[in-house]
Amino acid sequence: MISSRFSKLLSWSYLIALYGFIFLPVAVLVLFSFQDGRLPVPPFNGATLKWYGEVFADSRLMSALGNSLMVALGSATVACVLGFCAAYGLARFVLPASRLQRGLLIAPMTVSYLIIALGLLTTFNWVGVSLSLWTVGIGHVVINLPLCFAIIYASMGDHQKNIERAARDLGAAEWQVMTQVSAPMLMPSILAAFFLAVTFSWDEFIIAFLLSRFDVTLPVEIWSMLRSGLNPKTNAVGSVVFLVSVALLLILELIVFRRTAKK
Amino acid sequence: MATASLETRENRRAWGFVTPALLWTIAFFVIPFIVMAAISLATRKGREIVMAWNFDNYIEFFEKAHLLKGLFVSLEITFTVTLISVILAYPLAWIIAERVPQKWQRMALIMAILPFWTSYVVRSYSWLLVLAQNGVINNSLIYLGIISEPLELASTRTATVIGFVHFFVMLLTLTIYANLVQMPPNYRRAAADLGANGFQVFWHVVLPLTLPGIMVGAFLTFVLCIGDYITPQILGGNNELALPQVIMLQLGRRADFPMAATLSIILMVVVTLAYIACARWLKMERT
Repeated sequence: MISSRFSKLLSWSYLIALYGFIFLPVAVLVLFSFQDGRLPVPPFNGATLKWYGEVFADSRLMSALGNSLMVALGSATVACVLGFCAAYGLARFVLPASRLQRGLLIAPMTVSYLIIALGLLTTFNWVGVSLSLWTVGIGHVVINLPLCFAIIYASMGDHQKNIERAARDLGAAEWQVMTQVSAPMLMPSILAAFFLAVTFSWDEFIIAFLLSRFDVTLPVEIWSMLRSGLNPKTNAVGSVVFLVSVALLLILELIVFRRTAKK
Repeated sequence: MATASLETRENRRAWGFVTPALLWTIAFFVIPFIVMAAISLATRKGREIVMAWNFDNYIEFFEKAHLLKGLFVSLEITFTVTLISVILAYPLAWIIAERVPQKWQRMALIMAILPFWTSYVVRSYSWLLVLAQNGVINNSLIYLGIISEPLELASTRTATVIGFVHFFVMLLTLTIYANLVQMPPNYRRAAADLGANGFQVFWHVVLPLTLPGIMVGAFLTFVLCIGDYITPQILGGNNELALPQVIMLQLGRRADFPMAATLSIILMVVVTLAYIACARWLKMERT
């Protein structure tokens, strides 16, 4: 009995210790973003919103934030549309070499972002495409397309096939079947893919860093802020980035949760 | 005849759906990769890149110590991180699966992976706050009078490893947890009925059944860890460079695209070898 109580105690202390380790940096980041002083380290001098004010008054950070949102929403939309169409084509029709096609579409997932970025950089240099937010967006579609395709493809079951067939028998054209029957049925997984893609693009650094020049995204701007060392303003903007990611995940969780609840 | 033409029409329509995604992947993933592979066979003359079609860059990689060292540093860091992460994550996954009440398990997992969703840059900066010379740990210890001089925590390999472990403990907890909850409880009961003690049940039944989860998680850790530039750059500093840092160095100061491409190909070969090893192992396990 004693040993079981002891092992219970041990488990709970281990759990708490590891959660402490996992949350330590985030807690420090957020706490000292309110620091009333020049250094985001203990002792904590008292709370102020001054640094958030500075973040929102900083035009460079704000334009980077706008760029990030634009790239994230744009690349996630393109990745979702391409991924949905490909999943529809591969799940509903018999195509030659469909295994190879699926493999090709998933392939970018297995390669590090650094290599994808470098390949695109050398190619853009070679062709003479100048770097901009467009090139960043292209890179982000490359990393998000496999994700969107895989998620949507996995959710295309046979029971939806019959409903689509019924719609076709009733005279719907193929594009009508796709947009008015399949897409609404698959909406939960399409949205899940979309929000996941937005999150990935929003947080991505190395592709955005290598493929942009004058206009940059938020992680790249934060990277350049790091040169000035520890600064409560960096804490504040980092907290904002974290908050947006958590918000996106909450939306995702609600969608997935709703879907499982419906079933 | 009629069915054949219907089939061709169907087929053409199907290609219409798949082609855009395929073209995108070919144009922005396959072709760039081929271009990069070709550039790795070129040489740099001044600021010009001349196609030489030889393997000089690859030979140079094995001859120059500072380049080769990047690979070894990366491999050492990656293996250390993978090992520590597995050791830390396994008990956590087990506790969540066994000790945490069922209805809280989902919540516990979501909490465990929450910091996973901050960008690499922000996460590494957060660890810098904790570990820097005037960071949380040093300031607290000095404040408490335990040390008088700040410890050298940041800009070390230890800092890089801590930053990575933090990230991958979450990932591995997920994959191991998924394996643990799939395991039917009867297996363990049967082993216990046959006279195995707690440790024997774990060693002969539970551990072998969760090895696939460990391996999948460990492989993901390996791939993501060895290809990351941010964590070693922010936390490890410039004392010793990991391979991605060496790659970025070629790009930045020297604009040496051929060498950067060569190093990337080498990085990819290493990852592919790890993948083959992992896939083979999983296949052997199944048969």
